[in-house]
Amino acid sequence: MVDMAEIYKKFDIHEIAKNKLAEIEKYKCNIYCCHSTGCKSSGSDDLIALIQQILEETELTEQVRIVSTGCMGLCAQGPLIRIEINGKKDILFKRVDMDTTRAIMEEYVIPSLKSNEEITLGDNLTQHILSLDLPFFTKQEKVVLKNAGHIDPEDITEYMARGGYLALEKALKTMTPQEVVEEIKKSGLRGRGGGGFSTGMKWELAAKVPTIDEKFIICNGDEGDPGAYMDRSILEGDPHAVIEGMMIAAYAIGATSGWFYVRAEYPLAVERLKKAIQACKKHMLLGNNIMGTGFSFNVDIRLGAGAFVCGEETALIHSIEGARGTPRPRPPYPTNKGLWDKPSCVNNVETLANVSKILLKGADWFASFGTETSKGTKVFALTGQVEHSGLIEVPMGTTINEIVNEIGGGVPQGKKLKAIQTGGPSGGVIPAKYMDMPVCYEELKKLGSIMGSGGMIVIDDSSDMVSLAKFYLDFTVDESCGKCAPCRIGGKQMLLLLDKINRGRGKKKDLELLKKIAFAMQKASLCGLGQTAPNPVLSTLRFYEEEYTNKLLDGKDKE
Amino acid sequence: MDNEPCLGCRIGDKWRKKRGSLIMALHEIQGAKGYVDWKDAVALAETMDVPLARIYEVLTFYNFFKLVAPGKAVISVCTGTACFLKGNDKVLERFKSELNIKEGESTPDGLFHLQVVRCVGCCGLAPVCVVNGKTYGRMTPEQVPEILNEWREVFKEA
Repeated sequence: MVDMAEIYKKFDIHEIAKNKLAEIEKYKCNIYCCHSTGCKSSGSDDLIALIQQILEETELTEQVRIVSTGCMGLCAQGPLIRIEINGKKDILFKRVDMDTTRAIMEEYVIPSLKSNEEITLGDNLTQHILSLDLPFFTKQEKVVLKNAGHIDPEDITEYMARGGYLALEKALKTMTPQEVVEEIKKSGLRGRGGGGFSTGMKWELAAKVPTIDEKFIICNGDEGDPGAYMDRSILEGDPHAVIEGMMIAAYAIGATSGWFYVRAEYPLAVERLKKAIQACKKHMLLGNNIMGTGFSFNVDIRLGAGAFVCGEETALIHSIEGARGTPRPRPPYPTNKGLWDKPSCVNNVETLANVSKILLKGADWFASFGTETSKGTKVFALTGQVEHSGLIEVPMGTTINEIVNEIGGGVPQGKKLKAIQTGGPSGGVIPAKYMDMPVCYEELKKLGSIMGSGGMIVIDDSSDMVSLAKFYLDFTVDESCGKCAPCRIGGKQMLLLLDKINRGRGKKKDLELLKKIAFAMQKASLCGLGQTAPNPVLSTLRFYEEEYTNKLLDGKDKE
Repeated sequence: MDNEPCLGCRIGDKWRKKRGSLIMALHEIQGAKGYVDWKDAVALAETMDVPLARIYEVLTFYNFFKLVAPGKAVISVCTGTACFLKGNDKVLERFKSELNIKEGESTPDGLFHLQVVRCVGCCGLAPVCVVNGKTYGRMTPEQVPEILNEWREVFKEA
């Protein structure tokens, strides 16, 4: 007979973490190479191979550890390499190429290991140094991204060495499912996919539905917003955090299995997630009787296929079932009738990534970040016309000014900030005059935009708002599933009107018509896509109406 | 008839018993062939016991699936917001004029296929293009001929 106790001991997470920490301790120098989609596409694979080769040639492999990490954040400056040598200040190098890598190794790493003398770096290297004291780094508050850029996402032991799966252990061994739900409710965590519904409440609803034969937890990784890549970076940089969050959610609501729905356009995220799931199975963290607690759970991955509407939960469920991704009216909500008509709880990637931290550090700690109604931190993809474009995480309630001008370093090339856009094709613009507005669910809504999944696009004064609105509408019209008339027909008609205005053929009454159709779409569309599709137009009309009227035949200038 | 089971049968057989697997099976066919062949779709319908009409509606609903063979080098021009703001439309125009095709088309010699894609998630590198999985960041229209020549060389050698 196999002694189960022996087997569980072999996979004891504390033991594995301890051993890994002892192993890391042995190295004098750690080289962290960003290995996420952004840096990978600027050639970080070759750099890692080169460093490995140099270490082998110089027989330093025992002293230096190379870690291929997830996103370090400053994607525009990639490939990024961070060097941490015992007793020295960490250095981050930007835009590293093969020659620079060789120089870093030969002029900095190797001499540092051979002698204790202070090393003065030459111009060839100093021009690649990115100060870690930049507000971009110091102003951020990393909760979800705590591990990204610090661990090898493909190595489960590294995750454990940084406290991974301790929250799961705590939940399974010391808490009842109700207590887990209560803790999440107390933390004030809200859905990070855009809607902002209380996660604890959702879990409570899902937990209340009796599990007859099956109940599902689904992770929504269908991040279709153009200009947003938070979920991709989380899955690439710290996949285990999402899996752990999902397992805790499953325990809390009584789910029997889990599904990851990830965009097919994110091959690296899918690959890392697959590896992470395999590692969990190997370490008996997925399967039957997890940690000997009697809790059993399994997960599977399903890929999207390029349909933006599949981010909507009922459409997503149809897509997993192998059908067209069209939404259906709610209620019944998926928590009652979801995947294969079984109760299902759909949570976003970032939401789940928050869960383990809340359980470990407590709801009060989590609630100490943010505003009265929006707790915790939020990851944003800060892109567009901004100096430091990249992935950032800030406490809720941070002002736009802090995000764009301090962390983002402002608008480049002497241009002026005109507005920011949040919420992607479902959101709106926020003009520069509201710079001191704290970013949270309610404030953004007041100005006609939404939090969305976290894309924040910086727009400078050279951009034309009518074209921008048309760009977004183009997107939603193309992505409309065609099921309900308001979205299918309304979107198309709005687009035709915008096109007419943009070509200088529009009249004043067209603006009125635009608003009318927009109102009908908001009220009558079946799902969030149609209801929010007019937002970019309405919001640009609200703040930049003169840009529209200037283009009209009977507009201001022409009267 | 040869005994080798066709691609559609083989993949259909693999996914038949798993739930919610139609899209995964189609991904696998496209991954192997570059597109989903009519014959494979028929075979898949039979092995997985899914109506062919269902497969067709799924194939045509999702942007990702192709029904005809694309060119050898698939050029994807990102049309995400960051790329839009940084002028990827000019890059797209240049590709169109250099290759003399529209988006969604292949060159007559079957070498290039031009398509526009939604955000590829490399917004920090905008504007971005991807050719057969290789990403080109901070693109300018001037780089277009260079990239085309690079891929012409690749397929000349092959």
